[in-house]
Amino acid sequence: MQSRLDSKAPSGPIETRWDRHRFGMKLVNPANRRKYKIIVVGTGLAGGAGAASLGEMGYNVLSFCYQDSPRRAHSIAAQGGINAAKNYKNDGDSIHRLFYDTVKGGDFRARESNVHRLAELSVNIIDQCVAQGVPFAREYGGLLDNRSFGGAQVSRTFYARGQTGQQLLLGAYQALARQIEAGTVKSFPRTEMLDVIVVDGVARGIVTRDMVSGKVEAHVADAVVLATGGYGNAFFLSTNAIGCNATAVWRAHKKGAFFANPCFTQIHPTCIPAGGDYQSKLTLMSESLRNDGRVWVPKSAGDCGRDPAEIAEKDRDYYLERLYPSFGNLVPRDIASRRAKMVCDEGRGVGTELEGVRRGVYLDFRDSIKRLGEAKIRERYGNLFEMYERITGENPYKTPMRIYPASHYTMGGLWVDYNLMTTIPGCFAAGEANFSDHGANRLGASALMQGLADGYFVLPYVLGNYLASAKLASVDEGHIEVKKAVADVEERIEKLLSIGGERTPDSFHRELGNIIWNNCGMARSAQGLEGALARIPALREEFWQNLKVTGTGESLNQTLEKAGRVADFMELGELMCRDALARDESCGCHYREEHVTEEGEAARNDSEYQYVAAWEHTGDLSKPTLHKEALEFEYVLPVARSYK
Amino acid sequence: MSKTMNLTLHVWRQKGGTDIGGFETYKAPEISEHMSFLEMLDVVNERLLADGKEPIAFDSDCREGICGMCGLVINGVPHGPNAATTTCQLHMRHFNDGDEITIEPWRAAAFPVLRDLVVDRGAFDRIIQAGGYVSVNAGSAPEANGLPVAKPDADRAMDAAACIGCGACVAACPNASAMLFVAAKAAHLGLLPQGQPERYERVKKMVAQMDAEGFGHCSNHYECMAACPKEISVDFIARLNRDLMRATVVERDHEEKSGGAG
Ligand SMILES: Cc1cc2nc3c(=O)[nH]c(=O)nc-3n(C[C@H](O)[C@H](O)[C@H](O)COP(=O)(O)OP(=O)(O)OC[C@H]3O[C@@H](n4cnc5c(N)ncnc54)[C@H](O)[C@@H]3O)c2cc1C
Ligand code: FES
Repeated sequence: MQSRLDSKAPSGPIETRWDRHRFGMKLVNPANRRKYKIIVVGTGLAGGAGAASLGEMGYNVLSFCYQDSPRRAHSIAAQGGINAAKNYKNDGDSIHRLFYDTVKGGDFRARESNVHRLAELSVNIIDQCVAQGVPFAREYGGLLDNRSFGGAQVSRTFYARGQTGQQLLLGAYQALARQIEAGTVKSFPRTEMLDVIVVDGVARGIVTRDMVSGKVEAHVADAVVLATGGYGNAFFLSTNAIGCNATAVWRAHKKGAFFANPCFTQIHPTCIPAGGDYQSKLTLMSESLRNDGRVWVPKSAGDCGRDPAEIAEKDRDYYLERLYPSFGNLVPRDIASRRAKMVCDEGRGVGTELEGVRRGVYLDFRDSIKRLGEAKIRERYGNLFEMYERITGENPYKTPMRIYPASHYTMGGLWVDYNLMTTIPGCFAAGEANFSDHGANRLGASALMQGLADGYFVLPYVLGNYLASAKLASVDEGHIEVKKAVADVEERIEKLLSIGGERTPDSFHRELGNIIWNNCGMARSAQGLEGALARIPALREEFWQNLKVTGTGESLNQTLEKAGRVADFMELGELMCRDALARDESCGCHYREEHVTEEGEAARNDSEYQYVAAWEHTGDLSKPTLHKEALEFEYVLPVARSYK
Repeated sequence: MSKTMNLTLHVWRQKGGTDIGGFETYKAPEISEHMSFLEMLDVVNERLLADGKEPIAFDSDCREGICGMCGLVINGVPHGPNAATTTCQLHMRHFNDGDEITIEPWRAAAFPVLRDLVVDRGAFDRIIQAGGYVSVNAGSAPEANGLPVAKPDADRAMDAAACIGCGACVAACPNASAMLFVAAKAAHLGLLPQGQPERYERVKKMVAQMDAEGFGHCSNHYECMAACPKEISVDFIARLNRDLMRATVVERDHEEKSGGAG
């Protein structure tokens, strides 16, 4: 059973694995490249950089996104920064240290070879972006500035104010624009991919819907790259853009691509809490706030409704400082999130009561303002404080912020080998859409790094190698498999439009999100997961009986778009819970209440669970097949994380 | 207790690009002051859908003021009454019970309406395609710290690069000019050493594309800057005009140099 999972990860000294692997690759003659058509779905850091680079090499590239412009991909929203092992600060950073930190931070559930390649490529990314004109922050001497991020002990994070993702994405977008002008890339904005076309077991194209005219059509190609981002919106509320969806990866999964570690989802501790049942998304507040803000809740539940200014010092519980004296408010994301949930579950949360529970904790700057002065705090966090006030109407200089964890990033994704190829030959996955580099927990500022590494420096090689070695039969729009894929998509759209029930797509999505959040969020248990696994299929059945979509398929119809995405989340949500149930250990983000150390931390079980869980769709959603890719650690030996 | 309000909305509805649109009036009762403007529309849309009607189409994605996807003209003002705030970041606490609110799409010949409040801003992409980049292939970049950039230049470039491409500047301009958008990109790249080799070619090409797309001319109304959610300065327009003039000189220099080769 495991034979189908060949990671193709090279062996030998880890420092030279990528070099040696690249040398062994086949190349496509430059003159022949334009004869190969490559589809790239997604224009975020991974897809935008990938499509641009493949275009530069001379391939014939088709680029797709659901927004009205490739420049708006969700990568644009990343604030904090991007890691790279440049060691400009002379503080002991190196490729090996970045590799080490990433493997350890991922709680030993990532593949060493991939992570090392990522750390190596990190330095090239910064060079590339600077050459494109990305306006990174600079020191007075004119050289690049760095900061330390997410509890890292070295300063390796490059940033562009609070808009690093925006600037990196604009760099990739402009490179893409240049290729569109040059004619190597054809751009299809407002075009949603709804299926992968597989012919003789090999990916040969996609089916799309033009989101303005409603036209469904096939695009045939020699290879398909999915760079469609994460599935954090399965929870309904998340920090993701509201259009982020799992449709592309889920359709590929149903056509044969294994889905790896679906339960590995990152919950970010510092987000603005939900205000009411109208809430459409949650806003992330940069983690850097924890450098100067102190996290607390009242000691007694009776104080939770009171004005925080009236709560005396002795009645406050600075629980992170109490539980983790050495890291205090700077403990890793998963720990900070879990502890916030626990104090709220105890009834000690603050802020608006939703469904009978106050879900918020204070992040208080009072002491920092006293120590450093308001001017200093304004200089450090002015824009974040403004953003907070704009959303909540409260002034954080005067009253503590309220924060609560939210779904933020998905480490799980399509299983890929070292060549970023899924289990469907010819179908690749890059960026957040794949599972490859972050294990069970991602470090801050490492997602941007991975997206660009995949896009600029990995895809160009692995696609060339694939195209030079694959023997592809000629396929056109008239091929029976192509026609069938188009007909299937049309039939599904017709079905969504014709149910004629009573409930809106959003109402189903909210209910689904709640089930997943409560049972497969910050804490999971066999009992909770089993409950969710009973409720999700029932909800899905109701969805297909009682959905209401108005309008037609032949026009811009946002309700229809939502309905299709929710339908896929309904299926993926079940797999997330199944995976969480099967992984009967705790690791990184995956906190099984049954597996906790004496101090209340995640207890890994390396002897039984040191593997990647890769799920195969069998046609029966309740019975996917689990394949295991065993993980070996030759360079970073597994140890328990400790932040006490 | 949070405040709620009852509102009356006058919303532009238009089935498709070639249809004639018009305003329709909707009641929006019990709107919480903590909702964002788009969440208010979500609530209205859920009710329309429940009544079997087609929801109001409008664009949004990040809902945190950075992707540039959202954009409504609210009571005649692009992105509504708050300075430096995108539509998605505007909250209902800035409105009052009983308010009547008019909601329209961006209006500009170069941004045709696709449906209701959704417009086609493809013209912006084509302006960037015409030259809004530095020509450097993946893999060919020199070491990042090889070329220092004075901090004030980097900061100024970042001020310009903050543009989110939403198009409010065009919607606000009486001439529907795209000068602020073009100027921001020209300044972002033109202020950095990496952008110098193509600096003058770039502005010429982007401005030519802007004209070809049917945007109007800039006659210094500065409404664009007032509407810009990122407060991009009109000083960049002056800079663009200087670069454009210089572009003609540079072109002549290049012609003279390459001339006479026979
Ligand atoms: C608020 C926030 C802040 C963050 N900050 C940081 C940070 O500071 N540092 C860091 O390293 N990481 C950060 N992250 C994570 C990081 O931004 C993302 O992981 C990363 O940008 C994902 O890039 P991507 O290219 O894989 O996908 P995305 O940027 O999500 O792009 C997905 C693309 O796929 C397209 N697409 C999706 N589905 C379809 C479909 N069916 N059909 C057609 N097109 C489709 C979309 O249109 C889009 O173009 C942050 C994330 C969030 C939410
Ligand atoms: S939705 Fe992204 S800026 Fe408003």
